Amino acid sequence: MSGRGRTVQVVVDGVAVEAVAGQSVAGLLIGMGRASWRSTRRDGRPRGVFCGIGVCFDCLVVVNGVPDVRACQRVLADGDVVRVQDGAEIAEV
Amino acid sequence: MDRVVVVGAGPAGLAAAWAAASAGVPVLLVDSGSAVGGQYRRQSGVRAARVPAHPLIEWWPETSVWAMEPVAGGHRLRLQTGAADAPGRTMSTVDTRALVVATGAYDRVLPFPGWDLPGVYTAGAAQALAKGQGVAVGRRVLVGGTGPFLLPVAGSLLEVGSRVVGLVEANGVSGAVGWARDPLGALGKLGELAGYGAVLARGRVPVRFGAAVVAAHGDSRVEAVTVARLDAGWRVVAGSERVVEVDAVCLGFGFTAQLELAVSAGCRIQDGAVLVDSAQRTSVPGVFAAGEVTGIAGAGPASAEGTVAGCAAAARLGRKVAAPAAALRLVRDGRRFGRALAAAHPVRNGWRTWLSADTVVCRCEDVRMSDLCAALAQGALGMRAVKLVSRAGLGLCQGRVCGRNVGELAGTPFTQNRPIAVPVRLSDLAAVEDEEELS
Ligand SMILES: Cc1cc2nc3c(=O)[nH]c(=O)nc-3n(C[C@H](O)[C@H](O)[C@H](O)COP(=O)(O)OP(=O)(O)OC[C@H]3O[C@@H](n4cnc5c(N)ncnc54)[C@H](O)[C@@H]3O)c2cc1C
Ligand code: FES
Repeated sequence: MSGRGRTVQVVVDGVAVEAVAGQSVAGLLIGMGRASWRSTRRDGRPRGVFCGIGVCFDCLVVVNGVPDVRACQRVLADGDVVRVQDGAEIAEV
Repeated sequence: MDRVVVVGAGPAGLAAAWAAASAGVPVLLVDSGSAVGGQYRRQSGVRAARVPAHPLIEWWPETSVWAMEPVAGGHRLRLQTGAADAPGRTMSTVDTRALVVATGAYDRVLPFPGWDLPGVYTAGAAQALAKGQGVAVGRRVLVGGTGPFLLPVAGSLLEVGSRVVGLVEANGVSGAVGWARDPLGALGKLGELAGYGAVLARGRVPVRFGAAVVAAHGDSRVEAVTVARLDAGWRVVAGSERVVEVDAVCLGFGFTAQLELAVSAGCRIQDGAVLVDSAQRTSVPGVFAAGEVTGIAGAGPASAEGTVAGCAAAARLGRKVAAPAAALRLVRDGRRFGRALAAAHPVRNGWRTWLSADTVVCRCEDVRMSDLCAALAQGALGMRAVKLVSRAGLGLCQGRVCGRNVGELAGTPFTQNRPIAVPVRLSDLAAVEDEEELS
């Protein structure tokens, strides 16, 4: 994704990562080669993107301490801290 | 009240906004996305967005309409503006006498063993990530399902560097080219398809008809899929199964209209789409609908419907508007194309035989086929009971993904009547209530 404009600095699961301005959380994670980043509430099955347009709620992540954020819909902002979501989580903030 | 409000900035909504503004009416255009273009001309923040440059069009990005209700002379929309799913987004209300609902559609995907493994995507997801984000969902990808939409999906995957190891169309070759038999219905589409054909040939994508992905294998993500030949009713032809190594699979079995807003407005729904007349009027005065909410025919007809709806909405607000003859003709042709498309790419009920007892049928609540059967065996009658007993359709997606499939498996239609169109955080809802009590 280099050479495509301004970048933003974010943290993904504790690691500092550079993203392109305007990139979605899902775009970044898939670009990093990841296919899953959360687990289901009942059976703990791994999940990542499924519908890609905000309909299925499979792609949930925790952003800045707030769980249940759809990675495919959320555009990254400078300083965002993203991490995997384990089942049903309560907000840290 | 005296401006047109357009919900959805896809091809339909953009055309509606432009038509109404061109007739001299102020327009408020809202979309939950951060850029205009909808699913077709998807231009995320990564690529440049183009907001229609008309002085009468006001554009609110990252704005979701989460509910609406009738008020004297029109409708009140409840909006939420800000980063997706963030707490503390700005809540607002907008009243209008002329509302255009252009909320589009999303992919339908059928369940099969392993379809909830990461690496299984809807065809639209692959398209959205490729076109909007410039990323590929996998290196070795298989595309499957039914309908001509699979062709541009395979094309976009090639463009972002995936190797497309196959495209499997569930319907037979005669069905798949069937809509070309209606010369008018297929007009203008044949050239487009020939273009995709050339792209697939250059990418050396093998295309198979009468076959489908019937299982996905892997531990924590897809490593391989089983592709099988199907009979005319979509039952697996015994012995035809073949395992193909992939790291992603993209599936689409047509589209489901995004009906929540139209339903909460009280619009009549027919065959899974908003019923409209030739001026895109719904059954509710002051509410117009355009694009794939009214039926699936692609971006061209969606945009033509938007033009007609925008003109009709402006006329409702008292402007003299000439009938948009060219758009009306395109809408008629589009409807005909849509019917031909639906007839040529049906979903046959043999897909139900692909499932085993432990196949997930509702992804949100991890409901398996056996749970659904148990609910039915307990005498759950009607979708409400099936939902409450099995929990299918009660999760975050509210049955958007599983609803039609569970309805078909349970033999009882899945009705869409959610009053909330998009998720709202409880704290934000509480804030709205406080405000209303004060006022
Ligand atoms: C994921 C996906 C990818 C696709 N890619 C292509 C493609 O590449 N080529 C092609 O020919 N066809 C594609 N299609 C088919 C596509 O549906 C149509 O061709 C076309 O985009 C339909 O236009 P539309 O204006 O009716 O709806 P859409 O383009 O779907 O636009 C609807 C808009 O409404 C917004 N919206 C929905 N609900 C709300 C709400 N409550 N509040 C605020 N905003 C809301 C959405 O964010 C969206 O931007 C795709 C479909 C999907 C589902
Ligand atoms: S992938 Fe479906 S909501 Fe994000």
